[in-house]
Amino acid sequence: MNPGDKPLVLLKAEELQVTRGGALVLDIPVLEIIAGQVLALIGPNGAGKSTLLLTLACLLKTSRGRFSFNGREIDAGRGGVDYRRRVAMVFQEPLLFDATIFDNVAAGLRIRGAGREEIGRVVPGYLELFGIAHLAKRSARKLSGGEAQRTSLARAFVTKPEIVFLDEPFSSLDPPTREALLGDLERIIRETRTTAVMATHDQAEALRLADRMAVMNGGKIAQIGPVAEVMNRPADDFVASFVGVETVLPGRVLRSSDGVFTAEVEGGEIQAVGHLRPGERVLCCIRPEHVTLSTSTPPPGTSARNAFPGTIRKITPLGLFHRVRVDCGFELVAYVTRQSLDELLLEEGITVMASFKATAVHVIPRQT
Amino acid sequence: MDLILEGIRKAFFLIFTLDAEVLGITLLSLKVSGTATLISLFIGISVGTAVALSRFPGRQLVVSLINTGMSLPPVVVGLFVTIFLWRNGPLGFLEILYTPTAIILAQAVIATPIVTGITLASIQNLPANLRLQILALGATRVQMVWLLVKEARLPLLAAVMAGFGGIISEVGASIMVGGNIRGYSRVLTTATVMETGRGNFDIAIALSIILMLLAFFVNAILTQIQQRERPR
Repeated sequence: MNPGDKPLVLLKAEELQVTRGGALVLDIPVLEIIAGQVLALIGPNGAGKSTLLLTLACLLKTSRGRFSFNGREIDAGRGGVDYRRRVAMVFQEPLLFDATIFDNVAAGLRIRGAGREEIGRVVPGYLELFGIAHLAKRSARKLSGGEAQRTSLARAFVTKPEIVFLDEPFSSLDPPTREALLGDLERIIRETRTTAVMATHDQAEALRLADRMAVMNGGKIAQIGPVAEVMNRPADDFVASFVGVETVLPGRVLRSSDGVFTAEVEGGEIQAVGHLRPGERVLCCIRPEHVTLSTSTPPPGTSARNAFPGTIRKITPLGLFHRVRVDCGFELVAYVTRQSLDELLLEEGITVMASFKATAVHVIPRQT
Repeated sequence: MDLILEGIRKAFFLIFTLDAEVLGITLLSLKVSGTATLISLFIGISVGTAVALSRFPGRQLVVSLINTGMSLPPVVVGLFVTIFLWRNGPLGFLEILYTPTAIILAQAVIATPIVTGITLASIQNLPANLRLQILALGATRVQMVWLLVKEARLPLLAAVMAGFGGIISEVGASIMVGGNIRGYSRVLTTATVMETGRGNFDIAIALSIILMLLAFFVNAILTQIQQRERPR
């Protein structure tokens, strides 16, 4: 796609509603799936991610809703089989047939009436692509979790679907297996320019694979947009808390000038960027990676408008970095590397200076 | 003890000399029970799959009835089939009472709930999302049902064995609706009952051994298929 070209909407759902036992479990006014892009659906359990995927894959009856695929309304005849043959879905469990890996991968082609010659020509390439060629003759009952999920993915991709729906495909895998499969899937999706919609509760997966992200809550999409936008500009406090903005401070604007305002939060005052009027209520969201810790006052080489002395309450190792909780009258969370932790001699109970820029504060205006 | 040994000796004599009457009884038993099994498979797999895949008011009651039917006493089936086929009965116009067809009918009634119940359990035991996965692979409803049945094929072979085993060895219904007419509707079980009643234990033992061998070979063949089916 050239810059300036309008993105092609491959699938559009409008006024989508699903009820279960009289309760509305999915309510989405409009959702557009852009061709060649990966949309990640994130949200807590019960948010409606799987229901939305099943609905988009034409596997679940809706109470209301219109779907158009490539600009044309989806033909619901014969259970939408024509549409279902143009998309594919991978579930959390691999759901393989009691047959060999080859036969499992060939299943979608056989269902479409492909002959032995075509199957023999197409399937080996996909077994190779997903790294399971050496298992072709093995029973699906004798696979590890990772091998089974690779088979399931190969079975979905072999039919060259125009959209792949992925329902938490890595959630039951151990971390090294998940990492390897995620890497391969990322490569395959990019190489084949596959349009995909993936439900996940793992932000790392979403960040790695997705172009756009939709945060779901209570059967609704709380926010949808490019990944960076959703991560850095959460639309409300739910999105903020879910996408990992660990410091969310409710406050009230005290004064404002030249696009910078000062908000009073519990235990202090914060400067942030935005055209808000005094008296307005706001949520100030500060991502941990935007908070700098220092043992000197003021922090050297920084233009941070916000600097607060505070006491380190807790240091939690998180793999490559540490999560440091600082009590500044309000709580701030910072991420620091192991190296910084050692150099600054950070430990629980000591006083540090926590700082962040006014531009690092994402402000969500709140209704009073 | 001599009685038993004599019976066994007689059995092998009748088998290896291909005694015409015994051969006829054996072939009729196979034909009648085989046909009844096929009928029960057709109805049982269809109904079992339909009930397993659908939700409707009163489904629980239907499942309970099927499960109860799995232990339907053959004499009760024999009684009701006889009443139905009796000259003045609802199906009396068919004029098939005391014929091999009547035995097939009664045995199919006995075997169908067994096959239905095992089919129902087999389909229900498949992973809950497998149906959706098959549809997601682009299957029509018919293809989906076929693939589910195919996926449950190993437990379904057990249904064949249970159905055939249940009717090849039943006697109550066969004697009631077949009449045990020599050279016409006499099968292995009814002949065994009759010979025992007459005190001809050697022939009765011979017929019993043939019956057991028959059940063994049919089940051995099905077991062989069942075990070979699973890829390594």
